[in-house]
Amino acid sequence: MTDQTKAALPITVRNITKTYGRVFALNDVSLDIRSGEFLTLLGPSGSGKTTLLMVLAGFTRPDRGSLTFGDREVIRTAPHLRDVGMVFQNYALFPHMTVAGNVGYPLRLRGVAKAEAGRRIERALETVQLGGYGNRRIDQLSGGQKQRVALARSIVFEPRILLMDEPLSALDKKLRDRMQIELRHLHEKLGMTTVYVTHDQREALTMSDRIAVVNHGRIMQLANPRDLYNQPANRFVADFIGDSAFLPVQREGSTVSFAGQPLTLAHPIPDAASLLLMIRPERLRLARDITEGMNTFQATVTEVVYQGDSFLLYARTGDGSELAMRGAIRGGTVSGLPATGDRITLGLDPADTVLIDGEEVRR
Amino acid sequence: MTADLNAAGLRRDEAAERLALFGLASPALLLVLIVMVLPVGWLFYVSFVGADGGFSMENYARMVREKSYGRIFLQTFNVSLLTTGLCILIGYPLAYFISGLPTRIANLCLITVLLPFWTSLLVRTYAWLVLLQKQGLVNTWAISLGLWDEPIKMVHNLTGTLIGMVHIMLPFLILPVYGAMRAIDRDYLKAAANLGASPTRAFWTVFVPLSAPGLFAGALMVFILCLGFFVTPAVLGGGRVILVSMKIVSNIELFVNWGAASALGVVLLALTFLILWVASKFVRLEQLTGGGH
Repeated sequence: MTDQTKAALPITVRNITKTYGRVFALNDVSLDIRSGEFLTLLGPSGSGKTTLLMVLAGFTRPDRGSLTFGDREVIRTAPHLRDVGMVFQNYALFPHMTVAGNVGYPLRLRGVAKAEAGRRIERALETVQLGGYGNRRIDQLSGGQKQRVALARSIVFEPRILLMDEPLSALDKKLRDRMQIELRHLHEKLGMTTVYVTHDQREALTMSDRIAVVNHGRIMQLANPRDLYNQPANRFVADFIGDSAFLPVQREGSTVSFAGQPLTLAHPIPDAASLLLMIRPERLRLARDITEGMNTFQATVTEVVYQGDSFLLYARTGDGSELAMRGAIRGGTVSGLPATGDRITLGLDPADTVLIDGEEVRR
Repeated sequence: MTADLNAAGLRRDEAAERLALFGLASPALLLVLIVMVLPVGWLFYVSFVGADGGFSMENYARMVREKSYGRIFLQTFNVSLLTTGLCILIGYPLAYFISGLPTRIANLCLITVLLPFWTSLLVRTYAWLVLLQKQGLVNTWAISLGLWDEPIKMVHNLTGTLIGMVHIMLPFLILPVYGAMRAIDRDYLKAAANLGASPTRAFWTVFVPLSAPGLFAGALMVFILCLGFFVTPAVLGGGRVILVSMKIVSNIELFVNWGAASALGVVLLALTFLILWVASKFVRLEQLTGGGH
C-alpha cells in the first residue's frame, strides 16, 4: 500500500444533532477534518465521542446535519456504501474465518480477482507485521495479533478514510504503548484521513495531529496536542487533560493577582468574567531552580510522595489552595527534598502561568 | 445541503427502515391474528350470547349465582398454589445443586431434567396412575418393605393430582432458577464469607436474593400454567378435584353450552392477565422468556 494512489479525503461535519429522548448525544456539532489528518475524539464515557464516530461510519442516524467525505454528501448513505475502513473496539473479527478470510472479506465483497486479492491480503498482513499468518484461525491469535488483523482488514481495500473506536483499549499497557507508535507510523505511511476515538488522554497526545475534546455532545476544544495541554480553552479541558491545580485570581484592569500578589504574565488575559490560574505540577519549581522574573508562591508542604521516576509534593498556600508539584529525581534530590510541614517557595515561569475561563461550560 | 439540514430525509430513512423490519414480522403477526386474536374475540363474543341468541350477561351471572363456581375457582387457585409451592421446595435445592456442578456435568443434569418433555404428557400421566393406584408399584413395594400395612389411596384425589402436576411442572421452575443461579458471580459469596457471613448466612442474605428474580419468574410460569391445566388433574384427580378447565370441558361435552364455557375461558384469561399485571409490578417479565438483563 506504499504505492497507494488514491488521495485521502477531508471530512466536513456540519450541525449534526442526535437526541435520545431529551438527552443530546450530539449537540449541533460542526468539525472540519483535514485530508490525511490524524484527528482524535477525546472525552469521558458518555461524552458523545463514540456517537460521533458512529455517525461518520453510518451506524447511527442523526436527527439532522450534514456530512461530506470530499465533496460527496454521505449523511444518508448506508454504512456499506461509505467506503471507510473501521477498527472496532473488540476487533469484530469473524471467528468462523481464517486470518486471510477476514482480511480478504472486503475484497471479496468488492469483486477483486482471486490472485490479486491474495497479493493484497499478504501485503496488508506484511504492513501490520503479520506476513505468513494468513492460514491461522482467529482464536489462535494473541490480543495484539488480533488487533493487527483488524487493522489489516480495515486498510486492505484502501479506504481513504479510516475510523478507529478505542482500538487499543483491550491491550495491556506495554503493548498499547508500542501499538500507539506503530499506528502513528502506519498513518504516516498510508496517509489516509484517520479519526480515532479514545478516553485515554496520553494516547491522544501521543498519536494525534489534532485533538477534539468532546463533552456533553459538544466539542469543547479543537487544537493540536501542545496547544491543548498548554493553553486549554476552558476548565473542562484543563481538568480532563493532565493534572492541574486551579487557583482563584483577581483581575483589576490589565493586572491579575493571586492572594494580593500581581502575576507576571506571558500570555494575553482571556476575555472572561471569572478567571482561574491553572498550574501543572511538572511546571512548578523548587526554591533552588527559581530564577529572576518568575511568579512565586509561599506554601506549606503537606505531603511528599516518592514515585520512582519522580517525586510528587503536595502543598497548601496561605489562602488554603492546594498545589501539587512534580519533579525529577536525580542524584541527591531525594535527600534534599523538603519534608512535611516545611514552609517553601514554589516558582512558576510566566510562560507556564496560564489563565483560563473559570466558568463551567453549560450543557 | 438543504435548509432543514437533511432532517426530513433522515426521518424518511428511519421510517423506511422501520417499515422494512415490520414487513419481516408481518407473517407472524398475521398468524397470531388468525389463530389468537380472532378466536379469543369470538370467545368473548359467544360468552355474551344468551340461550335466546341475543345479548345476555346470563353466562357471567350464573358464575356469581351458583356457589359451585366459586368453589371451583378457589380449588383451582388452591391446587395451583400448592403445586407452585411444592415445585419451589423441590426445584430450588435441585437447581442450586446443579448450578454448583462443572459445566459439562451440569448440562447433562439439565438434559435429564428436560427428558420428560420428550415423552407424551398423557403417557406420563397414565404412568403415574399405574404407579400410584391401590395395587400399584408404590403401594405393593411399600407394603412388602413394611413402610405401611394397608394400601394408601394416592390417586383420584388431591394427593395424586399434586404428584402429577408437580412432576410435569418442575422443569418450568428449574430452568429459570438455574439460569439465574448460574449468572451469580461466586465472588459475591467469597466477599460475604470474607466479611464474616457463615455459609448459611451468605446463602440467605446474598445468594437467595440474587436468584430471587429467576425464582419469581419460574414460580409465576408454573402458577399460570397450572391455572389452565386439564389433562393431568383430570386423569389423576378422577373427578374429585374439579378445576376450571374441567368445568369448561363438561360445559361443552355434557351440556353443549358454549356460552358458559366461553365465559369461563374469558374469566380465566382475565385472571391470568391480572396476575401478570400484578407480577409485572415486582419483576421484569422479560425473565419469563429468558431475555433482558
